[in-house]
Amino acid sequence: MFDFEAMIAAIGPEFFLAAAGLTGVLLGAVMGDRFNSVSFKFGALSLLVAAAFVLMSWEGGEAFGGLVTTGPFVNFAKLVSFGAGAATLLMGENFLKRHGTIRYEYALLIIFASLGMGIILSASNLMTLYMGIETLSLSSYVLASFHRDSMRSAEAGLKYFVLGALASGLLLYGISLVYGFAGTTSYEGIAEAEGGIGLLFGMVLMISGLAFKVSAAPMHVWTPDVYEGAPSPVVAFFATAPKMASMVVFANLMFTAFPTVFEDWQMIIAIIAALSMLIGAFGALIQTNLKRLLGYSSIANMGYALVAIAAGAQYGAAALLVFMTSYVIASIGLFGGVLAMRREGGMVESIDELAGLVRRRAGLAIALTVLVISVAGFPLAVGFLGKLLIFEAGWNAGLLPLLIILVISSVIAFGYYLRIILIMWVREPAEKFQPIDTTVTLSIYAAAAACIALFIFIAPFTDWATAVTAGFAQ
Amino acid sequence: MGNFPILTAVTFLPLAGAVLIMLVRAMTGGQDSDATGGEKSLVAGLIFSLATFLASLVMLMSFDMSAPGYQLVEEVSWFANIQYKMGVDGMSLLLILLTTFLTPISLIASMGSVKERLTEYTIAFLVLETFMIGVFCALDLVVFYVFFEAGLIPMFIIIGVWGGVDRIYASFKFFLYTLLGSLFMLAAVVFMYLQAGTSDIAVLETFAFAPEVQTWLWLAFFASFAVKLPMWPVHTWLPDAHVQAPTAGSVILAGILLKMGGYGFIRFSLPMFPDASELFQPMMFALSVIAIVYASLVAWRQTDMKKLIAYSSVAHMGFVTLGIFSFTEVGMQGAIFQMISHGLISGALFLIVGVVYDRMHTREIAAYGGLVHKMPVYATIFMLFSMANVGLPGTSGFVGEILTMAGAFQASTWAAAGAALGVIFSAVYMLTLYRRTVFGQITNPALESIKDVNTKELICLVPLVIGTILLGVAPNLIFTITRETSLRALQMITGG
Repeated sequence: MFDFEAMIAAIGPEFFLAAAGLTGVLLGAVMGDRFNSVSFKFGALSLLVAAAFVLMSWEGGEAFGGLVTTGPFVNFAKLVSFGAGAATLLMGENFLKRHGTIRYEYALLIIFASLGMGIILSASNLMTLYMGIETLSLSSYVLASFHRDSMRSAEAGLKYFVLGALASGLLLYGISLVYGFAGTTSYEGIAEAEGGIGLLFGMVLMISGLAFKVSAAPMHVWTPDVYEGAPSPVVAFFATAPKMASMVVFANLMFTAFPTVFEDWQMIIAIIAALSMLIGAFGALIQTNLKRLLGYSSIANMGYALVAIAAGAQYGAAALLVFMTSYVIASIGLFGGVLAMRREGGMVESIDELAGLVRRRAGLAIALTVLVISVAGFPLAVGFLGKLLIFEAGWNAGLLPLLIILVISSVIAFGYYLRIILIMWVREPAEKFQPIDTTVTLSIYAAAAACIALFIFIAPFTDWATAVTAGFAQ
Repeated sequence: MGNFPILTAVTFLPLAGAVLIMLVRAMTGGQDSDATGGEKSLVAGLIFSLATFLASLVMLMSFDMSAPGYQLVEEVSWFANIQYKMGVDGMSLLLILLTTFLTPISLIASMGSVKERLTEYTIAFLVLETFMIGVFCALDLVVFYVFFEAGLIPMFIIIGVWGGVDRIYASFKFFLYTLLGSLFMLAAVVFMYLQAGTSDIAVLETFAFAPEVQTWLWLAFFASFAVKLPMWPVHTWLPDAHVQAPTAGSVILAGILLKMGGYGFIRFSLPMFPDASELFQPMMFALSVIAIVYASLVAWRQTDMKKLIAYSSVAHMGFVTLGIFSFTEVGMQGAIFQMISHGLISGALFLIVGVVYDRMHTREIAAYGGLVHKMPVYATIFMLFSMANVGLPGTSGFVGEILTMAGAFQASTWAAAGAALGVIFSAVYMLTLYRRTVFGQITNPALESIKDVNTKELICLVPLVIGTILLGVAPNLIFTITRETSLRALQMITGG
């Protein structure tokens, strides 16, 4: 009747994260401020252990009477998300220390946000999905306004909260419509239901809600503002772990709950993808603040990822995983770069501050160049192969107009990525940066090295991605 | 040679050098002291590029000139059905030699004339060399594309960092023009891969694409190669890039990067899309003749020496496409020969401009005149290369032009006639340039103290002098190597 082992196989990592988070709360209550610094190691360790749990129960399983179902596809995303969460958590410690805002709540909120990611990835029922999304979102709102004393941070948090609440409302409304017309909230049941127009309506609302989470146009407006206002380590987290998780959840929901209405949602996703690619690319062109630029660049990149979803499960699933993973790796490094931009008197965020970096810190400039090249999808780094696979998926699915937009958007994007490279290499050097934290330096170099290494040794990686998406290849 | 991966070694030796220099630099920590550290880096880079040249000579030795097809093939699976596959035939062998030959020369030429950030400069050139060799070695379309695109970044940085006043504009223009063309090619590459299930060039050569598909694929590849070559009317990035690039950058740009376009036509367009190639032959002829005549006329009116030579490059590349699309053995051989010869001659001409630019810091033709009185050796060498550029018998320029025209004549009398007109114009602009800078009386007082070529400049120029005359007198050195390549490409067109 109650199979404990199967349950652990399905949702062990989330159990562990919940326990770790609650233990953290307890420790915080007992130890007080002494826990502040330790909490970062504690949080990173918890996330890594959770990732190890994921690896141990790779094949996943079903639990709670079908409320959660895990498998290799979502476990892959969990692995990357938890890893990215741990990396961004460690990168932020000294930043918060300098700003006098180092509090253990930060690490705990990241644990709880990760728990939310784990839940949405495991969800095979709309109720579970919604619960997970709220867990993730509520933690994120607080994280965005973590610098309570800063106007910008508070503004970012408020904006994120108001718009996020609206998106959650849309999602919930969509869920209730779907439930009303399908008579069930389980993915499997929805896939079999004869829904008609009502079901489609609900689906569209759900897509809108999820588009907000992955910051796809036209639900993208919060992204640049929140990226600019929120504390940089928080943005590093936002840009990586939840993006990976939400995008895979998006794909998982479409592929497993709505396979019968593929043609209907394919068109919607294709439009969202096209808008994101164009708005992201054009928007980034005129930015001078590096964080805003990365915000727009992430919108464009989510557009590329959506092309993979629009290509359908059979063609797009593996490409999506490869692309998103390479994007997450490059983003960790790039936000490491943002965190490295510190002068006397605080952080600087303008792109011009990178001027002549190659003469001040050649290694850092070269690593950042590699990362920019990767995220731009230029050969020599793994981002190129990710885009290539998406292109191939789109081609197989016959999405030619979308691919043309993808190419146009990429060319425009080269404009601003090149500008970053040019500023680092050509301009007269600006003042030297303050010494950079070891964790940040390490993450930049590791990300750059990973981008090149994955480019050369891509085969095992793509084979792995293909293996975990084998269930989708009919 | 056994199983030693000589091609990979030649390709990545410069990159290894670049990494080494970077590491040594990082460890000595001399981030801001360019004065002495930079020169050492340049010398180290020179040693590495010379070693690469020697390695490429070893490659030449182990190459069997009489055997058809690709040799020294190396193959390692990359991902999916894409292989890291390297191999050379006669044409790519020669272009690799040209690359490894010109890179040390351009590094020597930079000594003393480039003063800022020499370490980064050296690294950029070595990285660029790796990518250029890779382009000519790659036997897999995706690998080719990766090298082809990757080469843009170091060149972009070379123009953007060490270039002239308008370097930012020129580097962006160079990058975006080339990139836009290449993306069409990328789309075609993906399509071909999906159709044929492989991106192996040797297999794709024999894969018969449907004629209407061929047309589109041909156009996509054309977009990329036409920009790279460059052909009229997409040549406008070249004069800007050349004028702004440092001397050594111009040498590499004209000497090797332009050749990738011609290489691409012979390696891909002809064998893989034979029907489309025949279909577009008239268009290619028209564009080539326009390029030859138009660019020659434009060159005549230039007041900037580098711009003049840049336009002359456009004209000379017109001969290459003319020869390739004549679909005759003579024309094909001539086209490959012309690519090698132009690599030597245009490289030398840019060096020659660099010599006086280093002394006077201007490229205006009007600022010179009467150089022969002060620089007799310089005047002699300049004379030789002017004549080679015009196509004087006895120099390599003559062989390339006469053969490509002979080939074109068999295909279209009119095209050959137009090209011949271009030869006359080339004499006009080159002789004008020569007369106005070298002959006459010295009018500019600043020229009174100008010094003749020094040892360093002679070391750069003499190998090119020898090469130009040697190939002019004994062109069979090239033809024996390229014969199999030309015949094979033609077989695909006529027999396939």
